[in-house]
Amino acid sequence: MRRSLLFIPANTPAMMQNADVFEADAVIFDLEDAVQMTEKDAAVDLFTQFLNQFKLNNIEIVVRINGLDTPFGESDLNRIVSDQIDTIMLPKATVQSTALCEGLIRKIEKRKKMQKQIHIIPIIERAVSVIESYEIASFERVDGLLLGAEDLATDLEVERTEQGFEILFARSMVIMAAKANGIDAIDTPYTSTTNLKGLEMDSVLAKSLGMNAKSCIHPNQIDTVNHVFSPSLDAIRHAKRILEAESEATKSHLGAFSVDGKMIDKPIIERARKVIEKAKLWKIE
Amino acid sequence: MRTASCGTMESNDCLITVKTHNRLEIVIESIVFEQFGDQIEAVIKQTLALLNIKSLFVHVKDKGALDYAIKARLMTAIQRLEENHA
Repeated sequence: MRRSLLFIPANTPAMMQNADVFEADAVIFDLEDAVQMTEKDAAVDLFTQFLNQFKLNNIEIVVRINGLDTPFGESDLNRIVSDQIDTIMLPKATVQSTALCEGLIRKIEKRKKMQKQIHIIPIIERAVSVIESYEIASFERVDGLLLGAEDLATDLEVERTEQGFEILFARSMVIMAAKANGIDAIDTPYTSTTNLKGLEMDSVLAKSLGMNAKSCIHPNQIDTVNHVFSPSLDAIRHAKRILEAESEATKSHLGAFSVDGKMIDKPIIERARKVIEKAKLWKIE
Repeated sequence: MRTASCGTMESNDCLITVKTHNRLEIVIESIVFEQFGDQIEAVIKQTLALLNIKSLFVHVKDKGALDYAIKARLMTAIQRLEENHA
């Protein structure tokens, strides 16, 4: 479970060394768009040496590789897949490239005799990816889908707007595909790093649709995103009351029960359990 | 004389330039030379030994880079030098 994933360019030592101080649930070291074509070699060398020297604490390490349709993608995988990372983020994912990525990772894990199984977060950022999102989400190692709205807007030949009507269908497709496969639905980043009110509104909208996390492109976005995607104290209190009432009902052999005059049934109990699980994971009391 | 470089002058980074040379020569400019000059030189020498390189001119402009960054920038610069030569 994730709420916030922070992009960090993988060719900037100053930012990389502070990757675990911003309280994001995951950090995405970016070998793709954040690195100039002429510096791809430098970034992968730097990131490899960084992993050898640095131990990041209590944070998921994700690496956005270059596309597998570029000269760098497969080489990136060979260099950086190791027990020191957790997840590969695959740009411009399709069913075909996700299958290729999973196969390559499996071979590398075997060759390097790794202890860990690396996960994949495909980026849904092309029209074809949106259409294929359910199948992409169903691969064994895929444990989250990230919507990439900027590239998608280019593919759709539309302008990105503050309201985001142009990505409503894609957002919904990513959410349905992810939730149908029991994995994270991760929202596209909010591209203004100074408009925190706009970020909050965009995050609230994404959460209300079913997204459970959002990617961030600046550390100052993390607090807002964590706040929006965490259960509120009221929600936690209410969930506790539901689970207490359920426990009492079970003892009393009651099939049905109510809290605050509202009937409680199985889906509401499941949601309450999820809220408590998240509260424990993120130490919210 | 062939030349290649890698890195930046950003904080916590270094810019390393390497040139073909008939012996080993290391020049270090650093904002923390007094405290870490010897350490930077040691990282350069260890990395060159790892790559089995005995003669090279290495110029380091350091902005507080840690060992891993110095090592990585040097390795990339040498790789670029070899690619230019190929």
